[in-house]
Amino acid sequence: MNTFDLVVVGAGIVGAACADLAAAQGLRIAIVEPDPIGGGATAASMGHLVVMDDDPAELALSRYSLQLWEAYADLPEAEFSRCGTLWIARDERERAGIDAKIARLAQAGVRAQAIDVNTLYELEPELAPGLAGGMLVAGEAVVYPPRVADFLVKRAVSRRADLFQGRRVQQLVDDGVVLDDGTRLSGPVLIATGCALPDLLPMLPMRARKGHLVITDRYPAFVHHQLLELGYADSAHGDAPISVAFNVQPRPTGQVLIGSSREFDTTRDISLPTLRRMLDRAFAFLPRLRDLQALRIWTGFRPTTPDGRPYLGPVPGLRDVWVAAGHEGLGVTTAFGSARLVIDQLLGNRTAIDSTPYLPARSIV
Amino acid sequence: MVERYDVLIVGAGPAGLAAADAAAGHGLRVGLIDAQATQGGQVWRHDVRRAPTHAAVIAFEAVARHANIAWLERTQVIAAATDKLLVEQDGQSRCLHYGKLILACGARELLLPFPGWTLPGVLGAGGAQALVKQGWPVKGKRVVVAGSGPLLLAAAATLRKHGAIMLGIYEQTSAAQLTAFASRLWRWPARVAQAVALRTALAGVPYRAGAFVRAAYGDAQLRAAEVHIGKRTRRIDCDLLAVGYGLVPNVELAQLLGVALDERGRHPHIEVDEDQRTNLANMYAAGEVCGIGGRDVARIEGAIAGHATAGDAAAARALHPARRRARRFSALLETHFALDPRIRDLADADTIVCRCEDVPLSALNDYTDARAAKLATRCGMGACQGRICGTALAELDHFPRTGSRPPIFPARLATLADAGFASTTPT
Amino acid sequence: MSSTTKLVRVWVNGCSVDVPAGANVAAAIARVVPVFGHGVSGRARAPLCGMGVCFECRVRIDGADQQRACMTIARDGMRVQTTTEVRHG
Repeated sequence: MNTFDLVVVGAGIVGAACADLAAAQGLRIAIVEPDPIGGGATAASMGHLVVMDDDPAELALSRYSLQLWEAYADLPEAEFSRCGTLWIARDERERAGIDAKIARLAQAGVRAQAIDVNTLYELEPELAPGLAGGMLVAGEAVVYPPRVADFLVKRAVSRRADLFQGRRVQQLVDDGVVLDDGTRLSGPVLIATGCALPDLLPMLPMRARKGHLVITDRYPAFVHHQLLELGYADSAHGDAPISVAFNVQPRPTGQVLIGSSREFDTTRDISLPTLRRMLDRAFAFLPRLRDLQALRIWTGFRPTTPDGRPYLGPVPGLRDVWVAAGHEGLGVTTAFGSARLVIDQLLGNRTAIDSTPYLPARSIV
Repeated sequence: MVERYDVLIVGAGPAGLAAADAAAGHGLRVGLIDAQATQGGQVWRHDVRRAPTHAAVIAFEAVARHANIAWLERTQVIAAATDKLLVEQDGQSRCLHYGKLILACGARELLLPFPGWTLPGVLGAGGAQALVKQGWPVKGKRVVVAGSGPLLLAAAATLRKHGAIMLGIYEQTSAAQLTAFASRLWRWPARVAQAVALRTALAGVPYRAGAFVRAAYGDAQLRAAEVHIGKRTRRIDCDLLAVGYGLVPNVELAQLLGVALDERGRHPHIEVDEDQRTNLANMYAAGEVCGIGGRDVARIEGAIAGHATAGDAAAARALHPARRRARRFSALLETHFALDPRIRDLADADTIVCRCEDVPLSALNDYTDARAAKLATRCGMGACQGRICGTALAELDHFPRTGSRPPIFPARLATLADAGFASTTPT
Repeated sequence: MSSTTKLVRVWVNGCSVDVPAGANVAAAIARVVPVFGHGVSGRARAPLCGMGVCFECRVRIDGADQQRACMTIARDGMRVQTTTEVRHG
């Protein structure tokens, strides 16, 4: 029978989290994914679990979701590595803003501490001289999202979810979806297709924002924490056509992962001028990064909404259609929180945090 | 500083050397690139204890004679556009602009997984030959050579010349195929002479057909090899095991550029016309990269490509008959040294397939999609960029090889940020 | 050309070793230790391909990590260190 309590479209980390949660709640679900599970933005991502404090709504969602991520700290597939996040202040002005950030984070229940300049260099000897200090969020971690997505889908399947892998939803119909092979799946639909959202929900504005990443060979002692410049949010939430920000991660393998860049471009090709800007920015903070052997460069696309917040909730104008998409650079961080928000709304439960900022209706004029 | 060449040649083996000589003879400004410190590629690799062969000397001298050939040694191609290459030499990035490009990238050895193949002391056959030529100590060491093709004999001869104790050469093709191959050699007298010379050099060394290495044994390093000869199994105590199953074209740079490949076999090669032209207007290819053919094919095709880049159609055409003859010999190799299917089945569940990330064969069996396997296991995500595991998996009919992205070899991060290469509009 | 008599001295893991001029660093290492490094799971590894594609020969050369020993010609005074610590992925 092809009737379900929920049809989840898209098995990236967000879709997988939604499917897993729905199945755990006893719903009979279908999962539709045309490509390898977690093979899109999920695979391209840095896998950094991080709380950003510049948008109160994102702060609340990230904080909520990070608490849920703790349940996976010992899951082998997650490769959960609590390296902590160290935000870097380039100058006195940036350093002076740290106290306010610590206070905002503390209000949201996130522990952060100010790091003076001497401690900064003790923690990360490879940093360039002349920096002013930093902020350490020691509890944050990095994970390997594709395998988590795969785990979540497998767990859902073990709870009787039907996985339609290699199939794509061709269209939404009154009572469900039709797949590209003609199969009809009936039931409420949850669309978690990331950058492909416009294919099924063209009324919800969405753009793909390309990013570059480079990974090196193994240099286990080079950096110890995920390192970000305090100006990172300006890049993420700004609207410059091309922006880069210093963002470097120690993988548990000992490899160093370097980001980040943002531009609205839909081609998969590596943009060498952007890559160069991104690397030059990284070299400015970590001069000896120049000597590390780079193995691979790739691009990924962040699903981006006009206000930068995801769509989490019912799609107005359609019956029994829900959406969980548009997470920009916080899809991995907020996957579990997003799943809770949407599934709670779907089941008529009280949501743990205010869902209003994420309602899709806000974007439809 | 902008470096410009009329013709850039990637690879300084027999094909690249011949191409450089031909192109430079027409007055073109030629850049000859190789990642090695010395010219010669694999077959004419510099040997620290022996003088180069006559043919090699002629090729080196021909190139040295042209003032308009820039020899760019220890130079690795990292990225490419249709008008320039990003290379790294001694850790420094350089941007080389070119009018025409000749891909003479050669081939690498086909190395297939079997139990124990990651033990120190297990080498490729061509690998052992290369290492020994460059000083690897083998004097007094007991060596087993195995795999497929005439390369085994050449490798064994080199090893013996450097003092190795040759315990045996185990050729997987059948005795009947070997006899058939030998009986057709008379058309290539130079080959016959070569075969005779090798036989002499290897006098007293057991040479068995229908034989292959099943496993390697040892704790922290190789102690013994298990060889199947017909229906018998022998365990042979040895210090080195040199095993290789033939050659595979190095097509990564071609793939990156969008050069058309012939993908009908397990391992693609570059498609060229009679004048060594590829589908891209300013790009040519010659030698092994156009299909494994051996040294004579490489020399002739390199010369054709060199003349073609200079617009000398007559000189190029004059070499077509020789190229056809030489290519017929390589077809012979394909016929008589086809791999015994059992060799594709040697790896067991625990055998490491991706050596960079220690991924065993069993981990890959859950996946039919190469990308899904990669994401889940990291197979192919290591420093070799899938050159070893990806090629082996293609031979094993597990997954086809995927495309190329820059960097096509690991490079310093500083090289990736090279201003000159990034500055103009991407093609 | 005569490379049989000319030798080059390099240091491998603190031991001096002489190789013929033109030899690569892998040849020097092989005269000192059979093991170049350890795979991700900690098992002993050494060169396989001899031509710069397998990356099993990566060692530290004059302070620079992850250098391919088979692609580097030994020069007088070079200091080489094999990766002896076990790495877990």
